[in-house]
Amino acid sequence: MSNFREDGPGYPVTEATRVDKVSPESRILGKMRALIVAIIAIVMLIPVFVMIMTSFKARSDIVSVPPTVVFKPSLEGFVFLFTERAVVAKARQADFKAAAETGELNIIERVAFEAGQEVTGPSDYVTRLKNSLIIAGLSTIFSVSLGLFAAYAFSRFDVLGKDDLLFFILSTRMLPAVVVTIPLFLMFRQLNLNDTHIGMVLLYTVFNLSLATWLLKGFIDEIPIEYEEAALVDGYSRWQTFHKIVLPQAVTGIAATTVFCLIFAWNEYAFALMLTSENARTAPPSIATMLGRGGIEWSAIAAGSLGFLIPVVIVVFALRNYLLRGVTFGAVRK
Amino acid sequence: MAEIELKKVEKQFGDFHAVKPLDLKINDGEFIVLLGPSGCGKTTTLRMISGLETVSGGDILLDERKITWLHPSERDIAFVFQLYALYPHLSVRQNIAFPLQAEGESRDLINKRVDEVVDVLRIRHLLNARPGKLSGGDQQRVALARALVRRPKAFLMDEPLGALDADFRESMRAEIKQLHIDQHATTVYVTHDQIEAMAMGDRIVVMSEAVLQQAGSPEEVYYKPANLFVANFIGSPGMNLINGKISEGKVVMPGIDNRYTIPNDWLDPLHEDLNGSTDLIIGFRPECAHLSTEGDLVGTVYAVDLHGAYTMLHINMNEHDIVHIREDRMVKHALGENVRFNLDKDMVRYFNPKTENAIYRREVVQ
Repeated sequence: MSNFREDGPGYPVTEATRVDKVSPESRILGKMRALIVAIIAIVMLIPVFVMIMTSFKARSDIVSVPPTVVFKPSLEGFVFLFTERAVVAKARQADFKAAAETGELNIIERVAFEAGQEVTGPSDYVTRLKNSLIIAGLSTIFSVSLGLFAAYAFSRFDVLGKDDLLFFILSTRMLPAVVVTIPLFLMFRQLNLNDTHIGMVLLYTVFNLSLATWLLKGFIDEIPIEYEEAALVDGYSRWQTFHKIVLPQAVTGIAATTVFCLIFAWNEYAFALMLTSENARTAPPSIATMLGRGGIEWSAIAAGSLGFLIPVVIVVFALRNYLLRGVTFGAVRK
Repeated sequence: MAEIELKKVEKQFGDFHAVKPLDLKINDGEFIVLLGPSGCGKTTTLRMISGLETVSGGDILLDERKITWLHPSERDIAFVFQLYALYPHLSVRQNIAFPLQAEGESRDLINKRVDEVVDVLRIRHLLNARPGKLSGGDQQRVALARALVRRPKAFLMDEPLGALDADFRESMRAEIKQLHIDQHATTVYVTHDQIEAMAMGDRIVVMSEAVLQQAGSPEEVYYKPANLFVANFIGSPGMNLINGKISEGKVVMPGIDNRYTIPNDWLDPLHEDLNGSTDLIIGFRPECAHLSTEGDLVGTVYAVDLHGAYTMLHINMNEHDIVHIREDRMVKHALGENVRFNLDKDMVRYFNPKTENAIYRREVVQ
């Protein structure tokens, strides 16, 4: 083993690094660090793997001890999730068996029959997911847009009582949502907003507005004002400056804020449970209510959670390049 | 003792050569200035000496001991940064004491050394202040104190006066030089300002495009530039350089019939170096030309710069060449006026256009 302090790394170093970073010890440490991070990442993702596996397991595999890793996949979870079923009466069981053998039943009906049930219609899962998409999506768009204008105003203009207003906005985040559910319920009933999409969108927009404003103000503060001053001197109006100069630079901040607002609205449980019933109910309460229906259908819950996970993963994946920089919340200044 | 030697030290970033193989010997107690334009490799060289940058090849020796791969903290070298790098959350006293605390010295020793150093730099009244509240000059003094307190073998300074106001720069220049004289410490100083280099350096190392152009005392570098780059870079403005042809013992310059008679002792060395070619570059500094009604050379006044103590004339000799001539402040000239001037033949220099190097004659030793 060559002596690093005497002879160096033994090859011409053509990167910009400090001397101690090319020593053999330093490189081994670097590799170990990468390994530890990989292990931690895998450990963090284990619950997600378990969830995916559970959604494809048959009932017997789910409750077995020790838990099975290799198993025969089954679509039971998905079928239970997407359909309403009833137990097949003893009298009709023979008919069903015959139909199954002749291949008259489609795959969904066959899986249901294997559990002793027949399909009576689609479940409301898809409707709930759709509601979630609409309500969370719209409220995110509104809260980020409005927050952007508010943030720009707070950042660039001399608003009367700016510090007080900002603190007031921040203070709405200090409130656990559950505390205001009852007054909100009464207000909604008065305004006929109970169990409506509009009501929920309004509610989530308002609750996310504070987060959006604060996050975006941090990002806009970071954009040097000289760009806007140059544009104003060149003759652009305030609106044009905002839209041609500030917006493109704030894109990373907008991406990060969108993800946070979306995640909050998407996962929101308390308001969704108490202020909606049939019409505008979103996915989180409905996945949980599946727990109560005649035995715990773990595979259905896992499948439901998986379906619930996917839209958000898609959005965050699409925005991943913007997010890496946005995570610092504009707190890092040069 | 602190003798630094660089043996074929080079640095590549990917395919880009930031420093081509460089040989340099820095003597003990010398104030050596690495001078050159942006991107010439001077800061990279300094960083390699300190260990903040790895070398792609070659060796660095301190007192004949190889330090090329030692950790920066093991080299007994102090580094002064252009942007001070003072710890903003610590007071001035804590900033200065920091290096000694890092080495684990005793409280008494630390206090004693800090005491000595603040007197040398005259910042005792700032001991309890935070760096953020100080002026640029004071901050730089604190940075120097922090370097000084370690009593290292050598000081490396990376354009320390670059961030200061112009008037501050002049006074700090004198202070740093005085500090160097008091401490007798080897100092390697990087700058792009040739006035600073000429004022402070015992020796100046002129670099350009990753290559060492000339290493010599300020006088050498000013009066005997080794090539066109050094001739042009040193001096404000740089040396006047005119492309001409040698013919019958005279340099013929393009445009208006301007011929300069070459002194006899130059003729042989010139012919030897040019090796048959007749292209020659003649160089002279602004103060070596004198306006005279019987002058050999002719031109028209293109611009007049008043500098108060003297006047700098821009003289148009032909379409291509505008030369600078330094003239007494009392003399007035109109734009477009025709003038004649002479060159001081002892101060005229010659360069080979193909190699860009200076042509020397054998000096007569007296």
